[in-house]
Amino acid sequence: MSKRGRRKAYYARKVKTATHMLFFRRHRKPGVKGWELRRRLGSDYPKVLSVLDNYLKALDLQVKTVFEVEKPAEKPTPEQLDKARFYIILRGELTPKETKMIGWRIDDLAGLAIAISYIMSKRGKTPRKEVEELLRDKLPGWRVGINIDRYIRYGYLMQDENEQLYLDWRTRAEVDQKALIDILLGVET
Amino acid sequence: MQAKRQRKKLGREKLQRVTEMCRSVEERSIDPFLIDVDEVIEVIKEYFSEWELPEDLCLDAETIHHIASVIRLQGDWVKHRSTSLYTDPFLLEQKLTRTGREEILETFLKAWHPIVEMEQISLHSLAEAIKYWKSLLPLSERWKEILPAEIEAGLTTREELIRQRILSDKTFSEELESFWDELKREVKENGKNRRIRYWDFIGAGSYEETVHRAFMTSFLVTYGYATLEIYPLEEEIFIKPYEKQVTKIGKKQLISIPIAVTAEEWTRWKKGELT
Repeated sequence: MSKRGRRKAYYARKVKTATHMLFFRRHRKPGVKGWELRRRLGSDYPKVLSVLDNYLKALDLQVKTVFEVEKPAEKPTPEQLDKARFYIILRGELTPKETKMIGWRIDDLAGLAIAISYIMSKRGKTPRKEVEELLRDKLPGWRVGINIDRYIRYGYLMQDENEQLYLDWRTRAEVDQKALIDILLGVET
Repeated sequence: MQAKRQRKKLGREKLQRVTEMCRSVEERSIDPFLIDVDEVIEVIKEYFSEWELPEDLCLDAETIHHIASVIRLQGDWVKHRSTSLYTDPFLLEQKLTRTGREEILETFLKAWHPIVEMEQISLHSLAEAIKYWKSLLPLSERWKEILPAEIEAGLTTREELIRQRILSDKTFSEELESFWDELKREVKENGKNRRIRYWDFIGAGSYEETVHRAFMTSFLVTYGYATLEIYPLEEEIFIKPYEKQVTKIGKKQLISIPIAVTAEEWTRWKKGELT
C-alpha cells in the first residue's frame, strides 16, 4: 500500500472510532471530552474531527466544540481542547413541523426561547420568578413551573439555591446566542 | 457618653443597611451602579474609629467585603455592556412580550442546533447480554439463606490467632513503620524524583499480598508517612514517602481517594500492561 493509501486508511479507521464515540452516549451527558478523544484517537484528534466534520457536512450535521470557559479568541491550545467538550449537532435549522416530530410542543419551545433570551439579556443570571412572570403572559400558569423544571432537567437552564436561573451546558452547546439576540431584535413587532 | 453610644448605634444601623443593599444587588442581579460606592466608603470611614467591640469590627469587615463584591459586579456590568451580546433587557422584554409564539419559535429555530445522539443496541451487546444471563445464577440460589454453623466456644492462644492471621506477630504501628522504611528503600532503589509508581510499590506476587500492601499504603498516606501524586489525564498515580511523619489533621481538609485494586488490574500489572 502506498504512503497515501496508508494515511487514508489510518484516518478512515480513526474517523470511525470518533463517530462511535460522538454519536453514542457514553456518560450521563452527551458529548465527549477532548482528553477522552486524545486517549482513544491520539494527539492528532483535532485533525480526525475536522475530517469527520467534512463528512458530516453532506448530512447537515457538524462537530461542535464547547470550551470550558469561553471560546478562545485565538487558536485553542491543546490544554483548552483537552478540557473542551465535543458534540455532534445539527448544522442547519429545523422547521417548526420537524420540532413536533422530535417531541417539542410549540409552546414549550417558544417558552424555552423566551427563557434563554431573557437570561442572556440579564447577563446570564436572573431570578426564576422574573422568568415565570414573563412566561405566564403567554402560557397557562400551571404549565410555567413544569416547563422551567423541564428546561432545567434537559440541561438548558440551571437553578441555584437562591432560585436564580442560569444558562446551562445544553444551551451553550446548542444555541447560537448572538444569532438569537440579533434575530429577535430584528423581528418587527 | 450617651451621645457616643447613640452615634455607635447609628453607625451600626447604617452599615447594616449598606450590607443589606449590597446583598440584594448580588442576589437579585439588579443594576450594581444603584449603589454609590464613594458614599458608602465615606460612611465606613466615618465610623471606623468608633469600633471597639469584635462584633462591630466584624460588621465593618463584612460591609467592606460586600462593597468589594459590588465593585466586581460593576466591572462585569461594564464588560458585558461592551460586548456584542449586550442587549437592553427592557428592550428585549418588550420584544418578547409583543412577539407572537410562532414568530419566537421561528426565530429560535434559526439559532438552535440540537445535539444529535443515538441510543441503539448492537448485535454484539445483545450476544454479550445473553452470555451474561446464561451464566447468572437464579435468585433463589444467589440469595440462599446461609445459616451459620453452630460452633462450640473454646479457648485459643495468641500463637493460634497469629497463625490464622487474625492477629499480627507485630503491632500495627511497628508493621506500618517497617512498611514505611520499605517504601523509602524502594524509592531510593527504583524510584524517580523521590517517588514511585503506585502499582510498582503495591504490586506483589499474589493478589492477596497486593491487596494487603494497598491496605497498608492507605494507612501510610492517612497517617502522614507518605503522599499520593495523581495525574488524572495521564492516569498515573505515584506514591512519595515523607522523610518525617507529617501531621495533616486540622491543617487541611482531608480527602478520600478511592483506588480500585481489582484482580484484573493486578493481572494487567503482572503482564506489564499497567503503568
